[in-house]
Amino acid sequence: MRNGVLTIMKKELDRFFGDRRMVFSILMPGILIYVMYCFMGVAMGDAFGVDEDYTPTVRAAGLPASMEPLLQQTGFAVTAGEDEAAAREAVAAQTLDLLLVFPEDFDRITADYEVSSGLPAPNVEIYYNSAATSSAMAYQAVTGLLDAYEAQMVNKFDVNAGGGAYDLATVEDTAGSIFSMMMPLLLMMFLYSGCAAVAPESIAGEKERGTIATMLITPIRRSHIALGKILALAVIAMISAASSTVGTILSLPKMMGGLTDTVNAAIYGAREYLLLAAVILSTVLVMVTIISLLSAFAKTIKEAQTYAVPFMLLVMLLGISGMFGSSGEQGLWAYCIPLYNSVQCMTGIFSFSVLPAGVAVSLGANAAVTLAGVLVLARMFNSERIIFAK
Amino acid sequence: MRELLQVQGLTKTFRLSAKQQKLEKTREKVRTAVDHLSFTAYEGEIFGLLGPNGAGKTTTLRLLATLIRPDSGDAMVDGASVVREPDEVRGRIGFLTSELKLEDCFTPNYLFNFFAGLHKVDPAVRDRRRQELFARFGIDKFAEVKVANLSTGMKQKVSLVVSIVHNPDIIIFDEPTNGLDVLTAKVVTDFLQQLREEGKTIIVSTHIFSLIEKLCDRVGIIISGKMIVCDTLDRVCGGMNLEDRFFDIYRETVGEAE
Repeated sequence: MRNGVLTIMKKELDRFFGDRRMVFSILMPGILIYVMYCFMGVAMGDAFGVDEDYTPTVRAAGLPASMEPLLQQTGFAVTAGEDEAAAREAVAAQTLDLLLVFPEDFDRITADYEVSSGLPAPNVEIYYNSAATSSAMAYQAVTGLLDAYEAQMVNKFDVNAGGGAYDLATVEDTAGSIFSMMMPLLLMMFLYSGCAAVAPESIAGEKERGTIATMLITPIRRSHIALGKILALAVIAMISAASSTVGTILSLPKMMGGLTDTVNAAIYGAREYLLLAAVILSTVLVMVTIISLLSAFAKTIKEAQTYAVPFMLLVMLLGISGMFGSSGEQGLWAYCIPLYNSVQCMTGIFSFSVLPAGVAVSLGANAAVTLAGVLVLARMFNSERIIFAK
Repeated sequence: MRELLQVQGLTKTFRLSAKQQKLEKTREKVRTAVDHLSFTAYEGEIFGLLGPNGAGKTTTLRLLATLIRPDSGDAMVDGASVVREPDEVRGRIGFLTSELKLEDCFTPNYLFNFFAGLHKVDPAVRDRRRQELFARFGIDKFAEVKVANLSTGMKQKVSLVVSIVHNPDIIIFDEPTNGLDVLTAKVVTDFLQQLREEGKTIIVSTHIFSLIEKLCDRVGIIISGKMIVCDTLDRVCGGMNLEDRFFDIYRETVGEAE
């Protein structure tokens, strides 16, 4: 058995790796993803960030003496001025970042104000332009300062005033929550893309070109042809998926705005990577098997690709389901559902909450589906209606 | 002489799809492609299957090559049953039809080794046989050229060579000279005669009378899936030329030929 399967596998791999364009087409996505995600991170940083050398400009009307040192803390260029209308126009025109309008005699009226009086509190107006990043940022900074100042005036108690580390989330928790939300969907899509790029060509393509019948008249068993093809396609799809996954993991910190310390795949150890590799391999085998079966039904590559579209939507849907569910909430029965179990396992692995029994059930279920698929594919290779369909 | 191929009551029907029924303007749902076909081929002879298009020649050869299963009947190929031991049968025959194609991205060398691997041919034997066959067909100069870049005739030669990589005793050719230029056709027919001299049994299907007359020791005439006549070429012709004799038989069986 081994020789026949290996001969078919070798031929499939030679056909693939003998074609530079095909090799390029599976390695390219990883490079493209890296470049694209890095570019997106830089572009988003540029769009939503402010140049470090930039000093926001603030005009203050009726600026009370108590506020001057407070506003100095911001490091903004604060100037006093009373022409409110002109300043509002400047904010609208994005030539001025903020306009602060304090009520007259601000210090006295705030000192005299009683909350229990039921009267409206003195109001500070802050005009800003949300379309300008520098203005929106200055607005947030000044609002925060004034809120803190107001809290000081009526200070009854403090929250987290000790300066200690109150956020108890570890780096693993933070990175895990980001990776477990994004990676299962991305991985499922990468794996599908890898499988869909090669399986229709290998099965439907051979039918279309008439080369499969040439193999079927040799003494090799149909099941060995099916298994050899599925294993070879799985290897190619794995390489494609690995390229995309490495590209994503390397570029994710950059896409998240340079969070290279927090969002770093190095937080995962050998155990997580081994489990992930096992889950990915079994997922690829299921995907390749399903696409191979669809391709065997099809008369042409184009027809096979059309048949695979509903399957792609299903894979996407399953990938998205990982963004809203936790692997810990599922019973073991859920791990018997092919592909859904893959998403659950990936979510668990990335969030450090994987159920080992769940992974074991998933690998078993996926292996059973692959085996059943190989047998069905072998039967299809025996069917004249399928092999000689016109 | 040893009987290397015994075909006994081989029958194959196909279900016609609605599309086919519409296309052929017929209401029949099942068509009998091969109808209780029986014949024998002996060691060291070339047996010709002659018949018009659609007579069931290709279906018969596909049944013998175990590419499809018969509805009833059986054929023993050097002692192995096409129904019960298809893997055995495929190891004992060489099968070539113009429907079988080679992958364009590989070289003749690669394909020869690949098919030798599927037939479990010993590497030393494989290399010797490749040298011999490539030289015989002039493929050696193109051994490392991808099939996509070969001429149609050279592709056909490579197909022929890889189909007999395992040196089978029974060789089945469907329309062996179809689409070949005269020079390549001559190489192929000479090779078939050489194989006969080596004691191989060769089954060829064709509708070319001259090819049957030139090559075959015995001939079977198939019309509408049935074996109408099966005997030595001399006895079938009965002093007439094959073409005239065939149309006599056709008229007797079907009616006036169009």
